[in-house]
Amino acid sequence: MAKRHSAPIIGVLAVQGDFAEHIHMLERLGVEAREVRLPADLVGIGGLILPGGESTAMRKLLHRWDLVKPIKALAKRGVPILGTCAGAILLATKIVDGDESVLSLLDVEVRRNAFGRQLESFETSLTMEGLGSEGRSRTIQAVFIRAPEIVKVGPSARAVATLDDGRIVAARQGRILGIAFHPEITGETGVHRWLIAEATAALG
Amino acid sequence: MPAPKRAKTSTWATKSGLAQMLKGGVIMDVVNPAEAKIAEEAGAVAVMALERVPSDIRRDGGVARMSDPDMIKGIQAAVSIPVMAKARIGHESEARILEALDVDYIDESEVLTPADDRFHINKHDFKVPFVCGCKDLGEALRRIHEGAAMMRTKGEAGTGNIVEAVRHIRTVAEEIAALKGQSEKRLRAAAKEMRVPYELVKLTVKAGRLPVVNFVAGGIATPADAALSMWLGADGVFVGSGIFKAKKPAKTAAAIVQATTHWKNAAILAEVSAGLGEAMKGIEMRTIPEGERLSKRGW
Repeated sequence: MAKRHSAPIIGVLAVQGDFAEHIHMLERLGVEAREVRLPADLVGIGGLILPGGESTAMRKLLHRWDLVKPIKALAKRGVPILGTCAGAILLATKIVDGDESVLSLLDVEVRRNAFGRQLESFETSLTMEGLGSEGRSRTIQAVFIRAPEIVKVGPSARAVATLDDGRIVAARQGRILGIAFHPEITGETGVHRWLIAEATAALG
Repeated sequence: MPAPKRAKTSTWATKSGLAQMLKGGVIMDVVNPAEAKIAEEAGAVAVMALERVPSDIRRDGGVARMSDPDMIKGIQAAVSIPVMAKARIGHESEARILEALDVDYIDESEVLTPADDRFHINKHDFKVPFVCGCKDLGEALRRIHEGAAMMRTKGEAGTGNIVEAVRHIRTVAEEIAALKGQSEKRLRAAAKEMRVPYELVKLTVKAGRLPVVNFVAGGIATPADAALSMWLGADGVFVGSGIFKAKKPAKTAAAIVQATTHWKNAAILAEVSAGLGEAMKGIEMRTIPEGERLSKRGW
């Protein structure tokens, strides 16, 4: 990677969830990270992570502190956004069985707790597009915790990772990426590198 | 549909990982589906299903046991957030029943009457993860060594008085800090004294914190109590009697959630603390005889 002259600041939504793990990962990769709890925290960031957590709790906190509109505005300006697990649910345009969509930035339909309760949480290896050099696929170890599944990918988005049995667990739409697993707790850096590269490219 | 066939379930990463996802959140005690719904609506990250909240257990006396499976199932059906349930200290069979009920976490809890005065549950033997209480570093590391994937400082449950919770979280932090920079010989001596492996002590000292997620519990009754817990370094908050013994449970629950997120922001804390009405009455510590202190259970 070429040396960056001005590195973007990456915001991490910090209303609830494992935001500290994401921040730790970003700092390991030499990037400045910022906790986001209020709209003012979004000013000046070049990329955003929506972490793992409880999506119902996170949704309520996003609405309560008026974060939905400014995050959508960021996406419209081309700021890249990564959502992991609960974060991917927040990004989806549609949620199976009831809950209203929150940010509607990724053209997918997700099912919450799609694999079951905690006893069905699992680890596996999977191949994800766009993580290797020049956007090639790479196999990574992935942890799924009461994870969602992407049951449908709309025309604007594209599946970028599936399990052995064909279930879709990651989808991308331009600079928006939603994944059902947690690279932040396995130390897998590829997904965060992707976000940083996109954020750097968006800076121009 | 369950996990894929070739995937590994109930690994240390999935067990401790669920606790990581609960961080920065509030886990609320509930005794029926209606309360569970109120908790979920308020923004709880999980609920603890139990028959009586600690303040009622304290008042009623008698033997407190695992909850009725039907009650737990009713709560599981009512909400989509994780559902935890309590087993008595050392009661392997209660824990097996809770595992069969597919609860998301088991709390091996001093709030219930202990079943074994010598051994805690061997938690490595279970597929479901466990959370356990601690008063100090040795107790925390013994539980983690037994397989607990999450800790909570004990406080004194059912009192609405945060003083013991503060004492316990401070004690854990101070004991870790005291070991920092010590020689291997000293760490080995500390490990021996705490009856845990040296490697676990070394890992803890290097991280400067417990090696698993650590929530505060026992006596949290107001948004300010939640904020204080976070300020003292807790990863999140358990609230028991503090919500449904308050004058306005739904509003108090939501306010405690907001305070746990915005613990550093005094203006928001002031805003969410207003208009909650009376908090639970609470008990002064010196009025509780030593023998009736729940935090003394477990070792």
